[in-house]
Amino acid sequence: MHPPLRELDKSLPATVGALSLFGLAAVYSAGQTDVATFATALWEKQLIWLAIGLLVAVAMFRVSPRLLEWATPYAYAISVVLLAITLVIGTGAGTAASSRSWIGIGGVRIGQPSELAKIIVVLMLARWLAGRREGPTTLRELVVPCLIAGVPAFLVFLEPDLGSALVFVAILFAMLYWGGTKPTTLVLLASPVIGLVLAFSTVAWGAWIVVLFGLLLWWRPYVWEGLAVMLGNVVMGIVALPFWKHLAPYQQNRLLAFLNPEVDPRATGWHVIQSKVAIGSGGFLGKGFTLGTQKRLAFLPAQPTDFIFSVVGEELGFVGVVVALVLFTAMLAMLLRLARRATDPYSSLCVFGCAAMLFTHIVENIGMTVNLLPITGIPLPFFSYGGSFLLTCFIAVGISLRVSWESRQSGYIDL
Amino acid sequence: MVVLVIAFFRAQVLEHGKYQLQSETNRLRPIPLPAPRGIITDRNGKILAENVPGYTVSLLPGDESALRETLERIAPVVKLDSAGIERVLQRYRRAPYVPALVVSDAKFVIVSQLEEHRLLFPGLLIRPEPKRYYPDSSVVAHLVGDIGEVTEAERAQRRYAGMRLGALLGKDGLERQYDDSLRGADGIRFVEVSALGHVVREAGAAPTLPPVPGTPLRTTIDLDLQRYIAKIFPAGHRGAVLALNPNTGEILALYSAPSYDPNAFVGGVDPDYWRRLNEPETHPLFDRAIQARYPPGSTWKLAVAAMALKRGLVTLNSHMPIPCRGGLQYGNRFFRCWSAEGHGDLSLADAIAQSCDVYFYQLGLKIGLTSLLEDANAWGFRSPTGVDLPGEIRPDFPSGPEYYDRLYGPRRWTAAVTLNLAIGQGEDAQTLVNMVRFYQMLASDGRERVPYLVRPPAASDVSLGLTPDQLAGLRQAMISVVERGTARGAATRFNTVIAGKTGTAQNPHGPPHGWFIGFAPADKPEIVVGAIVEFAREGPYVAPLVTRVIARYLGADSTMAPEMQIKLPTDTAPHPMELLPGNGVDTVAPPPPADVPNAPTPPGTR
Repeated sequence: MHPPLRELDKSLPATVGALSLFGLAAVYSAGQTDVATFATALWEKQLIWLAIGLLVAVAMFRVSPRLLEWATPYAYAISVVLLAITLVIGTGAGTAASSRSWIGIGGVRIGQPSELAKIIVVLMLARWLAGRREGPTTLRELVVPCLIAGVPAFLVFLEPDLGSALVFVAILFAMLYWGGTKPTTLVLLASPVIGLVLAFSTVAWGAWIVVLFGLLLWWRPYVWEGLAVMLGNVVMGIVALPFWKHLAPYQQNRLLAFLNPEVDPRATGWHVIQSKVAIGSGGFLGKGFTLGTQKRLAFLPAQPTDFIFSVVGEELGFVGVVVALVLFTAMLAMLLRLARRATDPYSSLCVFGCAAMLFTHIVENIGMTVNLLPITGIPLPFFSYGGSFLLTCFIAVGISLRVSWESRQSGYIDL
Repeated sequence: MVVLVIAFFRAQVLEHGKYQLQSETNRLRPIPLPAPRGIITDRNGKILAENVPGYTVSLLPGDESALRETLERIAPVVKLDSAGIERVLQRYRRAPYVPALVVSDAKFVIVSQLEEHRLLFPGLLIRPEPKRYYPDSSVVAHLVGDIGEVTEAERAQRRYAGMRLGALLGKDGLERQYDDSLRGADGIRFVEVSALGHVVREAGAAPTLPPVPGTPLRTTIDLDLQRYIAKIFPAGHRGAVLALNPNTGEILALYSAPSYDPNAFVGGVDPDYWRRLNEPETHPLFDRAIQARYPPGSTWKLAVAAMALKRGLVTLNSHMPIPCRGGLQYGNRFFRCWSAEGHGDLSLADAIAQSCDVYFYQLGLKIGLTSLLEDANAWGFRSPTGVDLPGEIRPDFPSGPEYYDRLYGPRRWTAAVTLNLAIGQGEDAQTLVNMVRFYQMLASDGRERVPYLVRPPAASDVSLGLTPDQLAGLRQAMISVVERGTARGAATRFNTVIAGKTGTAQNPHGPPHGWFIGFAPADKPEIVVGAIVEFAREGPYVAPLVTRVIARYLGADSTMAPEMQIKLPTDTAPHPMELLPGNGVDTVAPPPPADVPNAPTPPGTR
């Protein structure tokens, strides 16, 4: 049964449409500079990608969740293989020229498999979690979902693209939570990472171990699991330094520059400082559409992609920023409502996973422009120029629309 | 999401000002608009220093490697060697946001070449910039001084704090002394640049702050007189001439030879020229009027006479117990007079006119060492005059008798030092300006007027403490000098009476230096002129130089110079010597051949 387009949920497409147009305008503006730049005509390409995205969304809307569920393992397998191939023949691009994240044929870059892999991991996790009667309760049961998200995340991390790898982790935790895992279990699962981060200060790490010990006594997991968690934390504390040394210099610098951008304002901190200057100088009403000086004079790095939101902040000011944030919040709220009202666990998990993926991208990308979060090169949904991620977003929207239609058919949502 | 909104609110609304400023700093490059320096004029408004249009070439830097690249491309055009490139880069590193100065005084050919190939040099800025010009160049060099780029050391001083790199400031002379008012305040123009440092918009990017021109400086100099002195100063000789108004302390002329071309310093001095200026022998940068000490020789005798008169020890008619027989036996030493035949029995007035050493030996002993040193110190013979020129040095003079204890050890010296001091030898070396200041006191009412060029200094309380009669008597004695004494040949035919005193400064490096300090009209002086000519052999050679300056100032036309048949006797040789032949003002004969009997060896303990 093919759902007719006119029975489409209206509010979600409207919000996404508004975001897409807003984003298109931002990409257009990013190309309007006083300095010759490749970004001048990008908005036309973005328009084409938007059109393709629209078709993809419609196509996904037409695919039944059952068919999707059936196809998920195959898509997952293909995706992992693609990521592995990318590691071998991949190329870099733009600001990340030294990494291997693009796949191409005959020198023509086609896309970034890591972006597509995000939505496929969402589907795969949804399928695995939906296949169980109740949510995973023990750490042992979490091994499989960790692997489902972990394998692509590790492959992406090797590209190296730490930002995208972290998105997989965010998706995993969000979906485990939605799948019924207790937050305490998730904290225990995440504890080694916390231990890793805190290991840079011996005092903080020691305090964390004490706190963790208390939590273990209080929450009472299985003894072996508790021991494993403790062990994991201790090991993380030990390997922290070698791990830090293993990070690529640019990744180290990004983390250091996040902590203090002024350390080296000409090199590492440059991106953050210029972005924050652009946003801050925008003021309440902004410098006017296409008139941002930071952007026009090329002080802003990666204007049409990673730092597109700085252009918005500079030219449209606080008002423009709030409008964009309201639109994003509305979209996420709609997705969450859909996830709650979905007809089946698989659909619900899919929509929630999509929402988690978009949320991670939005918060991380916007957060880094104001130096709330360290810089990672992950794009802003519907804003940043780039085909692969735009299509991924539209796939997510298409799936969500289908779920919305299904639940309305079943009377779950009375819209 | 709420956190994000808060973060953006903070950045865009609360801290908007800070980021607004940073964004402006990012896009705007300040281009200094140099203020024209104030002009310097003489007392009649004639120009000593002015500004003419010049061009500077600079580069707006992007990053260092881009700047280096452009510099290497531009180097052949502006003739910049690799050291020059490094200098520009160094300048850039110190101030990366202002245009890096490449050539500060570009020739028109270079400017037009650069304009032609403008596209090859991103960030090229050619700006008209007022350029300092001294029309009289070497004539006024030691007065106006010169200008140059501010150095790092100077920027560290409070006086020059906040000066931009590459700014010009006075390095010497009036340019330095009155730099604060001459300099004015630079303006600022902004150009808009991209992140790579290319100029995107030249004008209208931000409001321009116009420069405030420097204040004009009117000096007390009489440029005509100054030019005249430069013209008649014996060519090839070293020395200095200083002319004052004795009643005010206004400096009418100050000339030091050899001189130099201050225009050569504008836009950076040529290394060869700089080397020549720093030759230890001639050292033209040295202002011999305020930076050189010479033993005052006989010009000092007036000081000793004034001390004795002030203390009431003698009158102008007093005679000394021992008449001059060519010398004086003191202790186990014979102190000679410059005249071996002796002057006989002289009054103080005659002793001044004849410059008799024997008379002054005895007068010095009569005053006593302690009193002599005390008076000389009180009259400023041990301190700089405080003339408003930088670099004036302090004369050498003992602060008191304990000086000799330090020098020779207690009780290892005798009162013989007094004999030397009394005739201007020994531990006494004065600057020309300080001696002229002393004669200014003699020429006026006995009170000191600190010599000045621009702003009168605070009234001084230094005074000779002589009665008008005593002053008139001393002047009369100095008139005798010119009329019939040692400087007889200096008497000119115009009917103004000049008073003056010769001096011969013993010099271990060669022939003695000659002094003459005179003033006129003798009854009511309007000008004091002092001159020192190095290796002039004798003071009397210098006398005509001074008298001609005086004559010129008092309105005697230079056309009468040929009529000035000046035959000069000297202190050492009774034969007239021709230093300034009367055949014109431009040519001056070299000093006479060395047929002069040997000068008396300097007596005293040295």
